[in-house]
This record gives sequence, structure tokens and C-alpha cells, in this order.
Amino acid sequence: MDQFYGIFLYIISLLTMGGIYAILALGLNIQWGFTGLFNAGIAGFFAIGAYVSAILTTAPSLRHLGGYELPYVVSFAAAMVVSGIIAWAVGKVCLKLRADYLAIATIGIAEIFRLILKNETWATNGPRGVSMIPKPFETLPEPWNHLCFLGLILAVIVVIYLLLETARNSPWGRVMTAIRENEKSAMAAGKDIEKFRMEAFVAGCMLMALAGAFIAHYLKFIGPNATDPLTSTFLVWVMLVVGGSANNRGAILGAFLMWTIWSASEILTSRLPDELAIRTAYIRIFLIGLALQIFLQRFPKGIFPEVRPKPERRQSVSDGVTDNATSR
Amino acid sequence: MLTIENLNKSFGGLQAVRNCSFNIEEGTITGLIGPNGAGKTTTFSMIAGELVPTSGRIVFEDNDIAGLPTHEMFHRGIVRTFQIPHEFAKMTVLENLMVVPPEQPGERLFANWVSRGQVKRREHEVRDRAEDALDFLSIAHLGDEPAGNLSGGQKKLLELGRTMMTDAKLVLLDEPGAGVNPTLLLKIREMISRLREERDYTFCVIEHDMDLIASLCDPVIVLAEGTVLTQGTMAEVRSNPDVLDAYLGGGEEE
Repeated sequence: MDQFYGIFLYIISLLTMGGIYAILALGLNIQWGFTGLFNAGIAGFFAIGAYVSAILTTAPSLRHLGGYELPYVVSFAAAMVVSGIIAWAVGKVCLKLRADYLAIATIGIAEIFRLILKNETWATNGPRGVSMIPKPFETLPEPWNHLCFLGLILAVIVVIYLLLETARNSPWGRVMTAIRENEKSAMAAGKDIEKFRMEAFVAGCMLMALAGAFIAHYLKFIGPNATDPLTSTFLVWVMLVVGGSANNRGAILGAFLMWTIWSASEILTSRLPDELAIRTAYIRIFLIGLALQIFLQRFPKGIFPEVRPKPERRQSVSDGVTDNATSR
Repeated sequence: MLTIENLNKSFGGLQAVRNCSFNIEEGTITGLIGPNGAGKTTTFSMIAGELVPTSGRIVFEDNDIAGLPTHEMFHRGIVRTFQIPHEFAKMTVLENLMVVPPEQPGERLFANWVSRGQVKRREHEVRDRAEDALDFLSIAHLGDEPAGNLSGGQKKLLELGRTMMTDAKLVLLDEPGAGVNPTLLLKIREMISRLREERDYTFCVIEHDMDLIASLCDPVIVLAEGTVLTQGTMAEVRSNPDVLDAYLGGGEEE
């Protein structure tokens, strides 16, 4: 019985972490999938969200800025707003750059954030990080605390999914696709592409911060290591690409799938003989790379490829017979 | 309608356009011809706002618009097409047109969540306008195709269609006939004349097909080495020996 309970808890943690990554992947999907913005600094915005929400909710501590003990709703909103404002400032400078330069710039910016978090000890407690972060539902009995937290994340994902699907199928989403498909032509069609790119960049970074806030409260601890580029940027990219870029369902599926593989690889590598065990860190990365290759061989456009909405055709006035387009 | 005064554009050491001045009168189909490298497309790109002139003025309806961004030019009524079609490949032909009209309420992200009725009503109007354009171009049967699947000629039509989705005043056509078969070329020619009459567009056309220029354009402006060589009716231009020299290069006696 204990063993089953252990598995049950493991599955809940798998889904919780997968859910947090799903929010990250949905954020990246707005930027890359919809609009074609190459954000290689996901970890930076993830970290901003985590630290802002952590600092606003923790009890007073001599080690770091804090003691505000604000409600979660406020801290989550603040995490998103702060990230949005920083994304706006970054976008002002970087969104004029071509895609490849934007990637380099965002890597640099995420690295700057990481160094600030590590070195501004008065605010962040440096490498030791912020601990004793409160967790929603933690006063409930086991396993209801975990279940309710998971439920909250899943509910948030559903809301985000519905909002993003509406956005994707809207004229806004159409302009975003146009910018992604052909920037020059989108400009010639009168679109202020800098403005639209900024919207996508800010919206995506706000979701990344939301995911950051969730992980801070879930782990009850956040340190600079939790935001390293490998697990917070590279993995998210793999999730989106495997699941299907520009497809929100793909982003969510990719997140749960790749997180399961990533997590399972830990179980696998922990059973390796000792001389290999010290190499687990990079064996796991290798396995993720391998999984990416295998999935892309089988599904070159991701498991759920992009499906563009087809606008309904006008009913032909002259003859209803030849008009096959309206039948869908 | 549009006056260009002493326009210059340099790319590093290369001066693509030098002291170029000409007028485009309202209601005309003005031809812009000249040998390769004469600065025709560069001039277009400056009028359309893609390139910022090194110096000089572009006066459109009494305002100096030189250096304004493309979307600003678009909102003032200047629309261009491209020599090489720039379609949105993964979007359907209908969507390629529906994306064009300005000020769509649904282009504001929040409007799609809070005022869906308004967005939807406008979508229907935009859709109908796009369908009208497809009917005009006689490619309505391709409306649901991804634009990337179209043939070269059909993409040219789609370029033309894009100019019909906004209340343009001045339409800049960059080689509408390049790579188009003779039958389709006739159709495109007819469409351009019809658009001028039905919608009061003013056209400026870059083209190497002299028959197309001769049948459509009056006046014709000849550019060579970045500046205006001569202008007038096609007949006048044809009889000008400088024009022949410019096309054949050098003007050396042989």
C-alpha cells in the first residue's frame, strides 16, 4: 500500500512540474510559435517571476528582502507585471534586431539576471537563495495539499489555453502569423510590426514569470540554480518543438511528455553502476537530446503540427452548387 | 499627388539614387523604366518607407513623408507590391487578403476576449471584401489554399489583390508582369486599368515589358544611374536616343 501511495505522490509531482513547464511552453509558443521571436533567455523571466513572488509572500527574514507577506493573488500578479515591464524594456532594445541577434541578446540578458540574483545578496540571499516560501493549500492534510496545488495549476493552464486559442484564431493571431511568415510583407500590409512583436514578447514573458511564481511556491525554495539555462530554457524549447510549435495543445503535451522523460531518466540513471553514476548529469542531457531526435524523425513538425484556422467562406450568391468551400 | 525632390540614396560607396526628381500626377498610370541598377526599386522602397533617403524630399499630398515607417505610408494611402511575390505561405489565400485592412478591432489582443461581437461583425465585412477581391482576380476557387501552393502567376495576382484590401490612393507596382505568361499578362493589364477607373487609384509601375508599359502608362519616366534621364509619352521616350544608349550601355559609337 505504501508503495502505491509513493507512486501516487510521484505522479502528482510529475503532473505538477509538467504543468509548470506547460505554462512556460505556452509562453514560448506565443513568442516563437505565433510570432517567430527566438527567446533564448526563458530562464531569466522564469527567475524574475519566482523571486518576485517569493519575496512578496515570505515572512520577514534577515537574509533577504521580504517580510511583505502579501496574498498569493497579489504576488502572482506582481510577478507577471514586473516581468512584463522588464520584457518591455528588453524588447525596446532587442526587438529591432533580426531573429538570430535576438536569440543572442536574450541569452545575455538571462545571464545578467542570473548574476544579479547571485550577487545582490541583500535582496536575494545570493547563492543560498530564498527559502521558507509559503505554499498554497499547505495547511490541508496529505495528499489533499498536493492535489489542490495540482488542481490550481491545471485550472490555470485551462484558462491560459482558452485565452490563447481565442487569440490565435483572431485577427491578432493572423497578424502574428503574417509577421512570422513574411516580415517585409506584413510591413507592406501596414502593420506596425514592432508593436505587435512587443505584445507577443511581453505576453510570453508574463506567462514565463507566472510559471516561475508557481515553481517558487511549489518547491518552497528558489535559488539561482533553479533557473539555469539547461532546465529552464533548453528543456522548454525541446518541449515546444517536440509537442508542435504554434500549436497550444502541442505545447502542453510536449511539456508533460518531455518532463516525464526527463524525470524518468533520473530514475534510470540512479540505477547505473557507481562509475557511471557520477556521469548521470550529462547522460540525462544526452537522453533528452536523443529523445528530441527520435521525435523529430517521426514528427518533423511536432506531434501536433500547426493548424491554421480556415476562415469561413462566403456563401456564393450566384450558384450554391460549385461552392464546395462553404461546406466545411 | 506625389513629388520627389532631389532624392538621394547611398549604400556605402554606391549611390543608387542621385538627385532624382519627378512628379506622379493623380489619376495616371505612371511608368518607371530604366536599365537594371537604375535605382527604380530603391526609389520605390523609399516612397513605401522601407528605406530612409540619404537626403531629399518625398512630398505626398502636401506633406513631406520622407523617412516615415512603412505602416505610416500605408495609412496615408501608399501601398506597394513586390517584384518577387511576398505571400504569407502558410496562410490561406483568403487570409492573405484578410490580414491587410487597417484598424481591425480584432487586432487588439484584449478585444478578442472582451468584445467578441464587434470583432466578429468586422471579420464578416473584411471577409466579404476579401471575397470580392478574389472574385475580381478570378481566383476565388483558390481561397482555401495555403498561399505557398500558388503558382508564380497566381502569386502575382495575390500581390495585386492585397492592394485592393485598403483604400489606397497611390499603388506602387514592382514588375507586375515579371515571370507571367502572356495570357495572364493581358488579364493583369486589364485589371490595372479597371482598378484605376473603378477605384480611382493612381499607379506607378516598374516594368521591363515595354509592350505592357506602352499599353498602360502615360507618362513614362526613364531612370538611368539613379536619376531621371527623360520623361514623356511612350512615343516620345522611344524616340529619344539617350534612352537607347542607357539601355545598351555607354553610348559609345559603334
